[in-house]
Amino acid sequence: MTPLSQLLPGQFGKLASLNPERGVDQRLMALGLLPGMVLKLIRKAPLGDPLAIEFGGQVVSLRLAEAENLIVDVSADCPIQRPRQP
Amino acid sequence: MSTPEAGLLVALVGNPNTGKSTLFNALTGLRQRVGNYPGVTVARKSGTCDLGDGQKVELVDLPGLYSLAAASPDEQVVIDALSGNIAGDRRPDAVVLVVDATNLLRNLFLASQVAELGRPVVIVLNQADVAKEQGLRIDTELLSRRLGGVPVVLSSAWKGEGILDVRRAIAAALDQKAVLKRVNWPADIAGALAAVGKAATADTGKQVSVADAQRLLFDTNPSTAERLGWTVAQRESTLRSARDRVRYSGYNPMAAEPLVHYAHLRVVLEGVVTEGLGKAGQTAAVDRLLLHRFLGPFLFLGIMLGFFASVFWLAKFPMDWIQAGVDWTKAVVAPQLDAYPMLQSLLADGIIGGVGAFLVFLPQILILFLFIGILEDSGYMARAAFIMDRLFSWCGLNGKSFVPMLSGFACAIPSLLSTRTIEDPKARLATAFVVPFMSCSARFPIYALMCAAFIGPLYGPGWESLVMVGMHCVGLLFAVPTAFVLTRLVLKVKPQPFVLELPRYQMPKPRDVVWRMWQNAAEFVSKAGTVIFAITIIVWALSYFPRDASVAERIKAANPTAAEEVVKAKVQAAYVEQSYMGRFGKAVQPVFDPLGFDWKITVGVLASFPAREVIVSTLGVTYSVGEGAEADSQQLRKAMQDAKWSEGPRAGSPIFSLAAVLALMVFFALCSQCGPTIATLAQETGGWKWAAGSFLYMTTLAWIVAMLVYQGVSRLT
Repeated sequence: MTPLSQLLPGQFGKLASLNPERGVDQRLMALGLLPGMVLKLIRKAPLGDPLAIEFGGQVVSLRLAEAENLIVDVSADCPIQRPRQP
Repeated sequence: MSTPEAGLLVALVGNPNTGKSTLFNALTGLRQRVGNYPGVTVARKSGTCDLGDGQKVELVDLPGLYSLAAASPDEQVVIDALSGNIAGDRRPDAVVLVVDATNLLRNLFLASQVAELGRPVVIVLNQADVAKEQGLRIDTELLSRRLGGVPVVLSSAWKGEGILDVRRAIAAALDQKAVLKRVNWPADIAGALAAVGKAATADTGKQVSVADAQRLLFDTNPSTAERLGWTVAQRESTLRSARDRVRYSGYNPMAAEPLVHYAHLRVVLEGVVTEGLGKAGQTAAVDRLLLHRFLGPFLFLGIMLGFFASVFWLAKFPMDWIQAGVDWTKAVVAPQLDAYPMLQSLLADGIIGGVGAFLVFLPQILILFLFIGILEDSGYMARAAFIMDRLFSWCGLNGKSFVPMLSGFACAIPSLLSTRTIEDPKARLATAFVVPFMSCSARFPIYALMCAAFIGPLYGPGWESLVMVGMHCVGLLFAVPTAFVLTRLVLKVKPQPFVLELPRYQMPKPRDVVWRMWQNAAEFVSKAGTVIFAITIIVWALSYFPRDASVAERIKAANPTAAEEVVKAKVQAAYVEQSYMGRFGKAVQPVFDPLGFDWKITVGVLASFPAREVIVSTLGVTYSVGEGAEADSQQLRKAMQDAKWSEGPRAGSPIFSLAAVLALMVFFALCSQCGPTIATLAQETGGWKWAAGSFLYMTTLAWIVAMLVYQGVSRLT
């Protein structure tokens, strides 16, 4: 179990838990990022923050501090079928 | 089929980046009206849409959003508009949901929420051409059936394809009134919703809809309860027990809504989309370059410098033409009225000058919005915010503050209008508040005059350019701490998380970009224009009256041999000195004495409050070289270099000492001296409170810093 903020660019993970009380997580849930969803850290911004992640066929940017509370499972067998590139 | 009646209202709703505005423009053919929703700075765009059979309905383009959770002003407006809770607006008779055909699942989440409102719906799968290119095949009939029989149509608004189908589908929806199939709420959640709705109805005496009950139960934001007038005391125990009931059913009450909707949508979409062979888009590849760790920032700087240079330099030519046009009009009109000097001055200096004062901003506004439109519609704006966010986040702003702040170096007015691209209301307000600190092009003439007349001759061109550059940084130096304090201590608005979609790159559609540019310019002229005009007339009157003919005669009698030009300048100076403005300047000069300003500079400073670039011509008048003075006028420089204090402790020493020169420039760098900016700030922040605060803060700050500079430097030299 790893915080999303510690993923390396290019690494996949399966969302294990988020905190629905927080505004950021509510936004991400509305975009379809729900527990069990496979996501990929695409890159970090040139200054190291924010992050760009991909899930459900879309690319979304969020700040490092906000990604710390999103816990992903990197050991889960992430399906080979990658999320579709937009 | 019966035809829809006139006076029907149809709302356009959808996620951002779905081509919704392009579809709106295609449906209304630019027969549009732009206004504001009451009490908020959210634009209301509506237009007349022909349904293909000659029937016309009013179509309103609601702000793009991902969810109906009432977290931002935009979202609140959409909820209110869809439920008919906006004063003076009807409840829409049908809702057109614009959906990105390449990402049905995420887009239909909003549709599924809208379904709860029970309005007739049309689903438009837009950008169908892109979906086809990617090899996606969508079974619209199956989707329509699964969604309860609502019309589902494919369109590509960019290419103008499928627009007629959309028109017909709207007519069909208004006729058949088919509503979207709603989700099946688990029994406990349905029970909790019913309990909340019942209690709220009983407590407030208002009919609380199912959609309202959902907002009350699922949102942490209390805006719906506040709108209904359901007090904390009344709602607290009801909501707690309702949320507990949701929790016992196995759902976190804050997550139940997306979980249930998405589970429902996965079933709805089963077998609807088949993926065939197709081309992957270029977006990922372009991003690898534009967001590259090392190359990305350079490309960003290149794009932004190009953008800024264009606003600055391209606008210069039309601005010069406008200025020339204004001068020409004055020159033509003025001699016609030689017999009526008061009317002549009112028309030439007041009215024509006043119209010119805001017309001159138009080129920059048009060019700025052209570029912002291109950046936004292409998808690069989101990338720019992604690259810059780190530099702005620590002081409470975000990556989207960058473009308004950069363009502030050209002119604050278009920059203030461009803060609308910032969704977070807190960051938007803070950005708007600090934008006027950026060293705009109207500050340039006073820097140029002071540097050329004093810094250059005394210390050489090296120092001259260093001071020029330094003056452009002074504002920024104070803007950043201001933003920090404002967002941490003053603004009580809750910040929005910075979650930003990096959309697919797309070619901007020229019609959309030009049309938006035009709408922004028109709004500026109609709103700010009137205020600027009024201020100019007031300042004209203050420096024109009283105008006793004896003043001119006395000057003429005292200088019988002088050339006509010289006498004319002296007469003008004498009139300004005894005008209300001159008297007021003399009276308040003690306030500016600690800054080293004499009464002539004080009059210049006071007359510059509506528009700071006026300072050079005002100094021209008070130093008796005529009002045609410009920053490169040798005469004016000489007059200022020779000016000495005539009385007081500094009698005999030059007025423009190094300390006074620096203090004057710093004062102009920080002071709020722009009527249009204040008017625009009031317009963009939804009231005069922030505009007045900005004026007081900047002016006080300018006085303090200029005083410190004067006192410090005059002790050192």
